Amino acid sequence: MNKFKIFTAGLIEQNPVLFQLLGMCATLAVTTTVVNGIGMGLSTTAVLVMSNLLISLLRKIVPQKIRIASYIVIIAGFVTIVDMVLKAYVPSVSNSLGIFIPLIVVNCIILARAEMFASKNGVFPSVLDGLGMGLGFTIALVIISAVREILGNGTFLGISLFGANYEPVIMAVMPPGAFIILGVVIAVVNVIAKGGKRNA
Amino acid sequence: MLKDANIFVLAITAIFVENFVLVKFMGICPFLGVSKKTETAFGMGMAVIFVMTISSLATYLVYKYLLVTLGLEYLKTIAFILIIAAIVQLVEMFLQKITPALYSALGIYLPLITTNCAVLGAAILNIDNGFNLLQSVLFGCFSAVGFTLAIVLFAGVRERLETSDIPEFLQGTPIALVSAGLVAMAFLGFSGLSF
Repeated sequence: MNKFKIFTAGLIEQNPVLFQLLGMCATLAVTTTVVNGIGMGLSTTAVLVMSNLLISLLRKIVPQKIRIASYIVIIAGFVTIVDMVLKAYVPSVSNSLGIFIPLIVVNCIILARAEMFASKNGVFPSVLDGLGMGLGFTIALVIISAVREILGNGTFLGISLFGANYEPVIMAVMPPGAFIILGVVIAVVNVIAKGGKRNA
Repeated sequence: MLKDANIFVLAITAIFVENFVLVKFMGICPFLGVSKKTETAFGMGMAVIFVMTISSLATYLVYKYLLVTLGLEYLKTIAFILIIAAIVQLVEMFLQKITPALYSALGIYLPLITTNCAVLGAAILNIDNGFNLLQSVLFGCFSAVGFTLAIVLFAGVRERLETSDIPEFLQGTPIALVSAGLVAMAFLGFSGLSF
């Protein structure tokens, strides 16, 4: 597979949220504002790139039987680093994401890429795969959080869009809205993907 | 604050008002994955109650007596995930030896629990909320009961969906998410119960 394809696979065709349905907890929980969505997406991308890099480097050393346990320790280590960096430099993002930063450890996307890609491929392709999947996750989070923030708050990235008379759909930023909007976004993406295939 | 709440308030809060799945979005993967049939949903729920209660106890003890004494609080994420993975393994082996019947009922769900973020989430929330030992164990247990309630209710909804006529573009995950949203809306009614 050529390098460019490895990178773009995660962005669209195999988008972790929209097509593989991985990492749903974080997707539903943090997408109340676009800033949160970007923060979560980039934190996950950072962990994914670093863990893919290290796991790919160690792939010939780690014994087969304890590989999952060692992947989890590696991932948890990087998550702790990201958690501490966020707390030190962007405390506002760290506060609003709260418990979902440590919970990146159990985000299935990261373990899935470690097991399915980094443990079988070289260092450079693994980093590209991590970057592609991470940015794909970020894109999905931005799409969902944009819908929720615009409907629920009338703002985009904190900037008011409709003026003071806009009556926000508060349900969109509440828990039920998260489920319903994610369902609708996935349905729309499915329709677009099918339409594309029919035309091709 | 929850820290000073009595057991009754803690139970109502963990099960209904701040339901782990429908309000806090933890444990969504098993919630969507193992909710096609009521019986399997119930089995998963029981396994989660079992593991979450034990892991709340173990993580609290390790944090309080090992990490805090050594000044290593920042390692809690790594320590907790290892404890949970180990407990799941132990519980699996223990059940296999002692009660093979229970093991065969819960067997397939146990390994999945390691990556259920509700378990790690409860362990971290126990520390963040400043609970004592009893409160931690009860909070873990009640939160898992809330998880079970949500997944069993949702499985009931999904069983009805099987036979209904759904537009093609909504079939599968989209309709499951939309109906989860409706179940969550019902739970929103409990948010008025603030203590």
